[in-house]
Amino acid sequence: MSVLKTENLTYMYSEGTPFQIVAIKDVNLSVEAGELVAVIGHTGSGKSTLIQHFNGLLKPSSGKVYVDGQDIWESKATLRQSRFTVGLCFQYPEYQLFEETAYKDIAFGPKNMKLDEAEIDRRVRQAASYVGVTDDMLEKSPFDLSGGEKRRVAIAGVMAMEPKVLILDEPTAGLDPRGRDQILELIRSYREQTGSTVLLVSHSMEDVAKIATKVMVINNKNVEMYGTVEEIFEHAGRLIEIGLDVPQITKVFLGLKERGLPVRTDIYTVQQGREELNRLREMKQRGGDAAW
Amino acid sequence: MASVITFDHVSFTYDDFLPEEQNGERRPLNNLAVKDLSLSIEEGSLVAVLGHNGSGKSTFAKLCNGILVPDEGDVTVYGINTKEEERLMEIRQHVGMVFQNPDNQIVASVVEEDVAFGPENLGVPPEEIRKRVKESLKAVGMYDYRKHAPHKLSGGQKQRVAIAGVIAMQTGCILFDESTAMLDPRGRREVMDSIHKLHKDLGKTIVYITHYMEEATLADRVIVMDHGTILSDGTPYEVFSDTEKLRAAGLDVPQATLFASALREDGLPLPENILTTEECVSAILESI
Repeated sequence: MSVLKTENLTYMYSEGTPFQIVAIKDVNLSVEAGELVAVIGHTGSGKSTLIQHFNGLLKPSSGKVYVDGQDIWESKATLRQSRFTVGLCFQYPEYQLFEETAYKDIAFGPKNMKLDEAEIDRRVRQAASYVGVTDDMLEKSPFDLSGGEKRRVAIAGVMAMEPKVLILDEPTAGLDPRGRDQILELIRSYREQTGSTVLLVSHSMEDVAKIATKVMVINNKNVEMYGTVEEIFEHAGRLIEIGLDVPQITKVFLGLKERGLPVRTDIYTVQQGREELNRLREMKQRGGDAAW
Repeated sequence: MASVITFDHVSFTYDDFLPEEQNGERRPLNNLAVKDLSLSIEEGSLVAVLGHNGSGKSTFAKLCNGILVPDEGDVTVYGINTKEEERLMEIRQHVGMVFQNPDNQIVASVVEEDVAFGPENLGVPPEEIRKRVKESLKAVGMYDYRKHAPHKLSGGQKQRVAIAGVIAMQTGCILFDESTAMLDPRGRREVMDSIHKLHKDLGKTIVYITHYMEEATLADRVIVMDHGTILSDGTPYEVFSDTEKLRAAGLDVPQATLFASALREDGLPLPENILTTEECVSAILESI
């Protein structure tokens, strides 16, 4: 069953003024429950505009948004419900920390949901454990934490609302490789433990290939491709063309193909590359140079 | 070759809140950011500095043009010790800097005015400023945008305007402190192309700090920092061949390098020094 769905969704900034700009146009998409979807697209492709529709932060200029089968703009109540069903974590979320302690910051969302103290406490500790924030860190001021720790606290704040759908806008931006791998790993394990749907906005194919079950490519104000990681990588050349980065290993195979080797180009890990090249060598041994 | 920047047993500790830190981060007390660092940057070289967050690489950059002054040891820039406070202006005329966040370094509301800001402050005559603005914007491919409002440009374009601003000051050396970190792949390519052009066509000495291995492989020399000291220093080949050491320092190794070493294990006779996509493709075609 699809947990997120849009019908002819169009959004214009500064609608009705001379500065009117169409950000997304006629988007029809559907995301199944339980997927970990990587949403990729270059800056200005419309991906941030798109995700802000899923919990009603932006109101469509035309078209519909359904969360859990419910048209979120039907009433005030359905709109409010969408804010709890879909948790949105912005880019550089650590800039939004404001409470005295990390604990209070994570508790802010659940408190707004009018839950009782015991439930709030359970959720804060549960969310903290998903992101590896220790009890000791919970008592600290968020401003005394390191950059990576702050970001994890901010993500926990959204997880503590226990949304059915968690959307993260470039959660690894500005992190070094170690910090990036840490965040990706915690997102992967969060989804595994909770079974919730996760959307991950990124412009690095290299990152998303590691953990995504599906990839949604946004280009030119619309969804250009949606499929499994393998399906999307078959179009690696197209991804580069629309300003996205693909893993270096994919570029190597594109280069080999261009220079005449009969290789697959939907390769995105070193291990896959190794297998593909061994296959090729066996083929050559069997058939001699005539093989290609 | 003459060295333009020299570090002689330099140590530096942050002792309090630093307003100019990118993210306003408060650092723990007594955190030695740079420890007994000695190195020199040669004139005309293209140097990449790698390291994970907190390795001391940004501190290193800030010590290079006197934004920070060492607690111990000396930093000498074009023959001037950065401790000579009254000569700071002179130092800045030799070493320019481009930062990480494109939105934090634009000052004017029109692109060409922004580029003129630096030379104006140096008291360059108006005619000369006009000439420099034009040349600098052309060097980064932003001349057509000279009348545009900077805040409406893309991240990569903003960074190129910031780079033009530094070129217009005609410093011999330019430092880039993770100037591609907040950009998308296209913006990153634009900025890296500009950096290489500055080095090749204008003969600038370039030091760039980055997280991206693919960017570092394009330098003449790579310095890897860890815990405030130098972990490795050499040509990209020398540095990236030690994959274990890089991993231990929390850094990536180029996939082409990993792939080549996996293929060697499988019995394909590939050379040891593969870093770039092109090198990997050619080597495979030759040996298969």
